[in-house]
Amino acid sequence: MPNTTNILVCGIGGQGVMTATEILSEAAIAEGHDVKKTEVAGMSQRGGVVTSHLRFGAKVLSPQIAPGTADVLLGFEAAEALRWAHYLKPGAMALVNDARLVPPVVELGLFKYPDDPIGEMKSRGVRTVSFDAATIARDLGDLRLGNTVMLGAIADQLPFSAEVLLDCIVKRFARKGEKVVEANRKAFAAGRAAAAKASVPA
Amino acid sequence: MAAVMPAPAASRLLMSGNEAVARAVWESGTRVAAGYPGTPATEMLEQLSTYPDLYTEWSVNEKVSLEVAIGASMMGSRAFSAMKHVGLNVASDALMTFTLTGAEGGLVIAVADDVGMSSSQNEQDSRFWGRFAHVPVLEPADSQEAYDMTRYAYELSEEYQVPVILRLTSRICHVKGLVTVGERVEHMPKGFSKNAERWVMVPGHAKRRIPLMLQREQELKRLSDKTPLNVLEPGTDRRVAFVTSGPAYMHVREAFPDAPVLKLGLSYPWPMEKVSQLAEMADTLVVVEEVEPLLETELKAAGFAAHGKDFLPRIGELAPEVVKPAVERLLRKEAAPAPEQAAALPPLFPRPPTLCASCPHMGVYYTLSQLKNLTISGDIGCYTLGAGHPWNSLDSTICMGASMGIALGMDKGRGETDKNKRILAVIGDSTFMHMGMQGLLDITWNRGNVTILLLDNGTVGMTGGQNTPANGRDIHGQGAPRIDFRKLIEALGVKPERIHEVDPYQLPVLFKTVRDETKIDDVSVIITNRPCVLIEEFKPFKPYVVQEDKCTGCGNCVEVGCPAIHVTRRDRVVKPSGKEVDLAFTRIDSVACTGCGLCVQPCAPEAIVHFAPAGQVINIQPA
Ligand code: SF4
Ligand code: SF4
Repeated sequence: MPNTTNILVCGIGGQGVMTATEILSEAAIAEGHDVKKTEVAGMSQRGGVVTSHLRFGAKVLSPQIAPGTADVLLGFEAAEALRWAHYLKPGAMALVNDARLVPPVVELGLFKYPDDPIGEMKSRGVRTVSFDAATIARDLGDLRLGNTVMLGAIADQLPFSAEVLLDCIVKRFARKGEKVVEANRKAFAAGRAAAAKASVPA
Repeated sequence: MAAVMPAPAASRLLMSGNEAVARAVWESGTRVAAGYPGTPATEMLEQLSTYPDLYTEWSVNEKVSLEVAIGASMMGSRAFSAMKHVGLNVASDALMTFTLTGAEGGLVIAVADDVGMSSSQNEQDSRFWGRFAHVPVLEPADSQEAYDMTRYAYELSEEYQVPVILRLTSRICHVKGLVTVGERVEHMPKGFSKNAERWVMVPGHAKRRIPLMLQREQELKRLSDKTPLNVLEPGTDRRVAFVTSGPAYMHVREAFPDAPVLKLGLSYPWPMEKVSQLAEMADTLVVVEEVEPLLETELKAAGFAAHGKDFLPRIGELAPEVVKPAVERLLRKEAAPAPEQAAALPPLFPRPPTLCASCPHMGVYYTLSQLKNLTISGDIGCYTLGAGHPWNSLDSTICMGASMGIALGMDKGRGETDKNKRILAVIGDSTFMHMGMQGLLDITWNRGNVTILLLDNGTVGMTGGQNTPANGRDIHGQGAPRIDFRKLIEALGVKPERIHEVDPYQLPVLFKTVRDETKIDDVSVIITNRPCVLIEEFKPFKPYVVQEDKCTGCGNCVEVGCPAIHVTRRDRVVKPSGKEVDLAFTRIDSVACTGCGLCVQPCAPEAIVHFAPAGQVINIQPA
């Protein structure tokens, strides 16, 4: 479908992948798009792999993004971003939190976690922008802000202005008080800045 | 969940299929809704419980849930029952008779097929129940249709006095799309009208109902050809014509935007006249249906040269990128160029779901993994994850409640080689009440020699922590009578001295109890009594840390299987005896650790302690 924007958000159960996609879809709705959103997860509450597909445009049919057609990949975990990188269109961008979350099967020595998932993505020709969302969030005073940091990172890759997305975040946190809203504004700006800085070729 | 004000009529909301169904059920004036949690169906009842003006319940199983709905329908009330695909197997006994009596108040059965099996023991196609029970099947393709068709299902149910199956799939239940909602219209129950010939299905009465049921099916066939739910979209690309339904329609439309398509909304009975019209439009007729070639077989039997599962996959979900190249191949055109992709990636480690940090089942499986000579019959729920690493502690899992009967069969059917094996059955509290009780009764009655571990965590853990009769709360979280397992189990025939309650965080006690009870030739039940970490009864303790200077790399804590434990370094050393051993030095993620103390117990050098200022070691066991 032409004119459909495909955003793939990936991570593991409990990281807030679903919530982030929910907020992105609210922004797309505010822009007047038809929206479909689906998760592809098995027993997501138990630390399994989670991907969330968001498609928007004039009219969306299938809810699933086909491999090789995603416009942006938002990765909440380094190896998960690598796992799903083939969903990106050639030349499209991956925004990745370079945190490594290692599952028990790896700790038991049954499987190997890649030494450098981000490097592997880059060597495979994926335009990868990585940053440490957890540290940014912790520095702002709350690990839970990581989600908003990730949204800040994707803000400049959307077919609408970053302010539309920020508005949706603010709305969501409004009833929690001005302090929380302010913290989220900061997290959003920090994520946006981190992605911008990381995407400048060294 | 407490009732909240539903969004006003005409709102445009981003809703999952499950949420859309719930909204429509409420708007239809439904008075009674019942279900049993199960992926991907769970959220329908969960959502409905937040609406005002209707009764909702979690039932102990799907059969009871359907029976509750049937009772309400008999009184003339609109009723709803929701379940996952395997749930309808359980409820089918009630369905196959209810199709004879028929509905009075509109009755809709929403059944959600876990196509692709994200968390189920099998993949099955619920459309077959429509043909089997001679009842209509509606198949929405997105959230808006899920909403519209649910509302229509009530009209259909009352007009034809028939229960209606709303067949959903994971890709409907969990996809969010925009839905324009309406308002609730009250439907006052007409009241029960006594009519033994209709409601009492003794053979004499039932025989008279069968012709009526078949006549009803004929009428529904005519409806199927007339209804705008079965829509013929002519299209301009006349190379191939498609018959399809549900989410498969979206995939066909996306892959072949201009082809003629017959989209089935009322997918049983089939609109054969419309199929004939469609067949005229192209040389090739393709049925695109998820899972089984149900309609394809039917069309072939009716003389149509239909294609389908001869080139489309029969397992798992369809998608545009599956349908398109397959159909192109069928047309013997050049295969569609695959979308350009980044070079194929190396295989990555799997990330299977695992027990939560501090899950009370962890200690049980750790214990079982340390014991020898066991054959363990498992069941459905979070504790099925005990079959995975590092515990590998289940030898069978078939269906909900089956652990009991299977254990008895293992006991009675064992040959010489298994003579000295101990047979264990592991079951959760909710599963025990769902279907396990009958199996236990069979074990005691037939003098089985089975040790049963009843893992009571006070909830349905796997589906997200719904309430059960074992935690004394109903679907709204309101106080309700609480089941006493000890008494119940005693009533089912287990001797009081063979019933034990243990704290699954106390490994030595657990170990000893399991070992002692398996040695006794009788039925024993060991109840574990710690709550699931997802429910309010669960209170985290102080997190632990590994003292790096004391850690000898024994790796015992890793064998507990807690996702909060990480290996920082591996080493291989040669012992004075000449034996080579692998060492794993660990660290505990203090954010994830909830301080259950399980990993502390097998730690050989006592290197795991509560986080404390330097020099001060506190080692508190949770109460
Ligand atoms: S949800 Fe509850 S029962 Fe399931 S793994 Fe987590 S703690 Fe255990
Ligand atoms: S105490 Fe050990 S087993 Fe329990 S949650 Fe913490 S790390 Fe996991």
